[in-house]
Amino acid sequence: MHDFDWSSIPGALPFLWEGMKVSLEITAIAVVFGILWGTALAMMRLSPVKPLAMFAAGYVNLFRAIPLVMVLLWFFLIVPQVLRGAFNLDPNTDVRLTSAMIGFALFESAYYSEIIRAGIQSVPKGQVSAASALGMSYAQAMRLVVLPQAFRNMVPLLLTQAIVLFQDTSLVYVSALADFFGAAYKVGDRDGRLVELLLFAGAVYFAICFAASQLVRRYQKKLNAHVAH
Amino acid sequence: MSYQWNWGIFLSPAASGDGTYLSWMLSGLQTTILLSLSAWVIALALGSLMGVLRTVPGKWLSGLAATYVEVFRNIPLLVQLFIWYFVLPEVLPFGLGERFKQDLDPVTQQFVSAMVCLGFFTSARVCEQVRSGINALPRGQKNAGLALGFTLPQTYRYVLLPMAFRLVVPPLTSEFLNIFKNSAVCSTIGLLELAAQGRQLVDYTAQPYESFIAVTALYLLINVVVMTLMRHVENKTRVPGYLGGK
Repeated sequence: MHDFDWSSIPGALPFLWEGMKVSLEITAIAVVFGILWGTALAMMRLSPVKPLAMFAAGYVNLFRAIPLVMVLLWFFLIVPQVLRGAFNLDPNTDVRLTSAMIGFALFESAYYSEIIRAGIQSVPKGQVSAASALGMSYAQAMRLVVLPQAFRNMVPLLLTQAIVLFQDTSLVYVSALADFFGAAYKVGDRDGRLVELLLFAGAVYFAICFAASQLVRRYQKKLNAHVAH
Repeated sequence: MSYQWNWGIFLSPAASGDGTYLSWMLSGLQTTILLSLSAWVIALALGSLMGVLRTVPGKWLSGLAATYVEVFRNIPLLVQLFIWYFVLPEVLPFGLGERFKQDLDPVTQQFVSAMVCLGFFTSARVCEQVRSGINALPRGQKNAGLALGFTLPQTYRYVLLPMAFRLVVPPLTSEFLNIFKNSAVCSTIGLLELAAQGRQLVDYTAQPYESFIAVTALYLLINVVVMTLMRHVENKTRVPGYLGGK
């Protein structure tokens, strides 16, 4: 049986917090960009312009068919070369964090776009007709009538996806980038206390994600109660 | 910067001595498929059991199943994998961990850990789908079963589950697709599945684009094959009169 020794954790907390900041940064960038680009993709996919709709469908289906690990490996291969070519960067500049952010943002926008598309489609068609009867253009109807309602219904799903995304950021491990999980692994490896550090990392992720998902559930209930009246 | 494309790399003999780099890819593909299918069996069995428990009367069993789901849904897959692979053998009682480490060769250890991890991880998702399938059935079905003199297990076995499973085939399809994609995470513990073979090929040949394109294409192929098969199953199992049914 294993003898537990948790003593290496307190001293490592500042280092672990640095890692947590990396995880949160990647999550925040990917959520914001993912929702923006995801909305654009969803509107393209629903638009009557065939080439746009086909592009969006191809983009979403491609990203959703490939494992995230593979997508990240692609971005860690391509982004550094593109950035170095475009900005004449020193070959030793560390662009792994940027690569991770771009990779996650483009990957997650495919998933966000599906959530947003369903949200837009859940708004009754009559709303668009009513908007155009009032003299609004298609863009105005989308911006002022459809999207505000769609987003209100979607908020719980978008937040749940953000929790999934936060968990997925641990996969930057494939590039040895020190996010929270990477930091925990490094400390455990260094002190020969991998068992304790892995359990600690699991507990921290659980605490954060469980608390967040309970909040989302509560919000969802409030929203449902509001809609019912 | 110019990149030297060399698609012939797949036919050149591999550094391991036997076979070509193409044979590395195919063995990776085989491991990915074997791993995903065996994990799916675990996920389906455990997930169905937990899904049923979530709907039975009585706080204890449904609470237990709910806790199970929360645990497996709120810890990243990568962390779960490392816990199964690095932590569990250390803390298993009765020398089971020692036997796992000493009696099994490293490849089997990696495969078993990965399989169990993916199975449990996915079972929490399957559980939620099975539960929603059972809850989607009209309440009268269960009452009618009980009124006919079935016991509760019989009601589940003969009345509720046959219908519930047919209703949840479409969401289970997407979980089935996910298990193949999630299996790529198992490359991190050194299991030589498809993604890992791709990275290994890059290390040996310095031809990253050919390797990644081949691996990505194989994942797309898996995706298309699974979707085609499942569409067939969905057509067979669709319930007339329900949404999406005929």
